[in-house]
Amino acid sequence: MNAPTLFGLCAAVLVGFGLYGLIVHPQPLRKVLSFNLMGSGVFLVCAVIARRGAAAGMGGDPVPQALLITAIVVAFAASALAVALMLRQFDETGSSSLSNDPGPAPAKPAAKGEA
Amino acid sequence: MSIALHLALIALLLALAFWTVVARETFAAVAGFVSYGLLLTLAWVALSAVDVALTEAAIGAGLTGALLIGATSRLRKTEAAARAERPGRATRVLAAIVATAVAAAIAACVLLLPDPGPSLAPEVAQNLASTGVGNPITAVLMSFRAMDTMLEAIVLLFGLIGIWSLASDRYWGGRPGLAPVVEPNGILAYLARVLPPIGLVVGIYILWVGADYPGGKFQGGTVLAAMWLLLLMSGLHDAPAVSQRWVRLALVAGPAVFILVGVLGVFVAGAFLGYPEGLAKPLIIVIEVALLPSLAVTLTLLLMGPPQRSESSP
Amino acid sequence: MRIAADIFTIVAILTGAFFFLAGTVGLLRFPDTLTRLHALTKADNLGLGLVVLGLLPQSSSVFGGLKMILVWLLVLLASATVSQLIARAARRGGPHP
Repeated sequence: MNAPTLFGLCAAVLVGFGLYGLIVHPQPLRKVLSFNLMGSGVFLVCAVIARRGAAAGMGGDPVPQALLITAIVVAFAASALAVALMLRQFDETGSSSLSNDPGPAPAKPAAKGEA
Repeated sequence: MSIALHLALIALLLALAFWTVVARETFAAVAGFVSYGLLLTLAWVALSAVDVALTEAAIGAGLTGALLIGATSRLRKTEAAARAERPGRATRVLAAIVATAVAAAIAACVLLLPDPGPSLAPEVAQNLASTGVGNPITAVLMSFRAMDTMLEAIVLLFGLIGIWSLASDRYWGGRPGLAPVVEPNGILAYLARVLPPIGLVVGIYILWVGADYPGGKFQGGTVLAAMWLLLLMSGLHDAPAVSQRWVRLALVAGPAVFILVGVLGVFVAGAFLGYPEGLAKPLIIVIEVALLPSLAVTLTLLLMGPPQRSESSP
Repeated sequence: MRIAADIFTIVAILTGAFFFLAGTVGLLRFPDTLTRLHALTKADNLGLGLVVLGLLPQSSSVFGGLKMILVWLLVLLASATVSQLIARAARRGGPHP
């Protein structure tokens, strides 16, 4: 078994871990974390495919590698947007819960006055 | 790297990923994720993707880590309440089954990949000379797939607009982040005085070598963003109000130059983003130099979040 | 000459790795934040310095060697700052004393 295949199998397990965390964790922040984990697993599969395309004196196929750079940057922007959304929800409601059930007692009602 | 080193790296990666998912405290999970990101950098190097390794270290581990640590400390109060919402055993078992099935499917795909793998590397090598740059990744990003890179820069801008639009009406167009607390003799202020000049040189150097060696505007831009963030965190410099004209100009300049060069290509080279013969390298440098400050400002402001103070606040 | 440089590299890197090991043992075994920081930063900075020193004769160009030294200096600066910040947070009563 060669190195790219080993990393490919590792990537499959990483996606599994990420998916499990994404489903099981109730906190949105943990979901974002798990989603990033899952994303890095997908990126790793992509890098394995790039490595298998090594040719013409290059260590890997440069096209998927360039797309990976794009993907990592866009994943950061998406995480930043998700974090901003959950912090805004926390400012509004004092909770970060995703559940529809209002729960026993919201920590503080929407106290921030909106113009 | 020998196979034993690869196996050790994979074992560490899997252990840290497992920790990130099962850790009880969110802060511990985020700490695990940052270490995971740094180790993943080694995995990219092992797979001969040094450009990706630089991006991962700078953005995947660095900026994302800072973002998540900041959010964790803001949301710490909700930890206890959230734990009560943990789903029951049945859901968890079902989730484990689904996750295992997906992992098994991906593993099967990896094992069934065609051998030898398809590759565009020969085509890239053949046409590399026409772009004038020596790093094939930069050639793909700036010439063969320049449209992707242009749209990516615009997506970052849209992400920032999305974040800004989460501001409450009171603080619309105000300053993001908390008011700076200056500790003039603090160690952070010291670092923020010493490091930025070095970081500035390093960031521009990474952009410049990107033409022929691993590096480029995203990696360099992240270093510049990190320097600005250091200044903001140390309190030596306050975040600008997002309605200020220079901020908006800095954000738009890079993508605007990119689009302008693209449209010029329609008239001169007959295709959008086509570069005329012999002028490819100068045009690529013009776009990269214009993108660098825009990316640095965009990445910094993405991390700072929506405006939280009015424009005039000290 | 080549052999001498290689032996120097091996000895310096092994010594560096020993300091890293000692620092990690200290991180795991010492009782509180401040002593752990002491073990980690002191031993690791020295360890990295020795690794860089060992790699210098293997560097293909003077510029490459200077870059490695710069990396070491930047790590020194960063680790000194971060350990001060952690120590200060710990004294103010952080999560884990």
